[in-house]
Amino acid sequence: MTARMFAKLWMLLATLVVAGAATPLAMAHEYDVHAKPKGERCVEPTDFMRRNHMELLKHHRNEALRQGVRTTKHSLKGCVECHASAKTGSVAASKEDFCVSCHAYTAVHLDCWDCHATKPGKKALKEGVAP
Amino acid sequence: MSDRRDFLKTSAKTGAVVAGVSLAPGVLFYGIAQGRAPEEAASDKRRYGMLIDTTKCGDGCRECVSACNTENGLSGKTGPQDSQWIRKVEIENLQTGAQHELPVMCQHCENPPCVDVCPTGASMRRADGIVLVDRHICIGCRYCMMACPYKARSFVHEPLHDQNPEVPRGKGCVEACTFCVQRVDRDESPACVDACQKSGHQAMVFGDLNDPASAVSQAMKAHASTEIRADLGLHTAVRYQGI
Repeated sequence: MTARMFAKLWMLLATLVVAGAATPLAMAHEYDVHAKPKGERCVEPTDFMRRNHMELLKHHRNEALRQGVRTTKHSLKGCVECHASAKTGSVAASKEDFCVSCHAYTAVHLDCWDCHATKPGKKALKEGVAP
Repeated sequence: MSDRRDFLKTSAKTGAVVAGVSLAPGVLFYGIAQGRAPEEAASDKRRYGMLIDTTKCGDGCRECVSACNTENGLSGKTGPQDSQWIRKVEIENLQTGAQHELPVMCQHCENPPCVDVCPTGASMRRADGIVLVDRHICIGCRYCMMACPYKARSFVHEPLHDQNPEVPRGKGCVEACTFCVQRVDRDESPACVDACQKSGHQAMVFGDLNDPASAVSQAMKAHASTEIRADLGLHTAVRYQGI
């Protein structure tokens, strides 16, 4: 029993050390984002968005579709309109585009673009991004 | 003695009550003047519906169909694996020889069979009566397509590109007429209704069935209309006149 406990403790210690070592590395990594956003600032602080954008999008999608709440602050359409790259006009057409650059790095597959447009609509392009 | 100043002081303390009272007329006024605010959820105070006058529907006219295709980014092809959200149907009474053309789309039932059979809850009816597919949780089983008596739903078989940003669509999901929900939420009519008006036939009227003053309520009150397959008791939001 003691041997198993020691093993567990050892695993825990090892995990902590690895996590501790990995965090500064991950934080120091500069995401290869070539596409500069069009707006001045994001709808939420960048740190918050990096960790929670998926929660905001999920919350908004359910409200928008199921209840018809059409606020624009946390809508995917808003993200695309601001973050579409100048080169491809898209957020997910090339590896340097906004969404793909991070998601390739974190190895998280995106289903959004199977259905959602990766480029802003013609109207949004004409009017530019709202401040 | 209570003056205006004292009244305001007490009002501030019981802010919620006063705000509720003072807001109510404002909200109501906004509701009539401009429809729903973006942050306001759809409610059962409204029920969207449509009246289609088959006697006015133009022979060979496809304006509603092409407007729907443009608005929702459909290919316009009519093969067995292509999405069709609205179809022109020709009917003939074999006894009398009377012929009609009429557009048929999702009838936005009050008791939708597609919602009954959906195993994931993706097929849903919004509070204001618009029947939608939540593609985020649709698994593409197509039960709803079999359950629908109106052949209103289509399945997307191939990957799609360059969708309309307002109308996300993709492979592996079932889809159907949404009453152009993106337009309705902006207080506009569906694309087919606008196209029908522009074409000069004016066979389609759209609006709030719960509002007795709306054009669609007035038209339904003035003319005899029926549901397709009224025997099923689905209480559709789309009704037809002249069939």
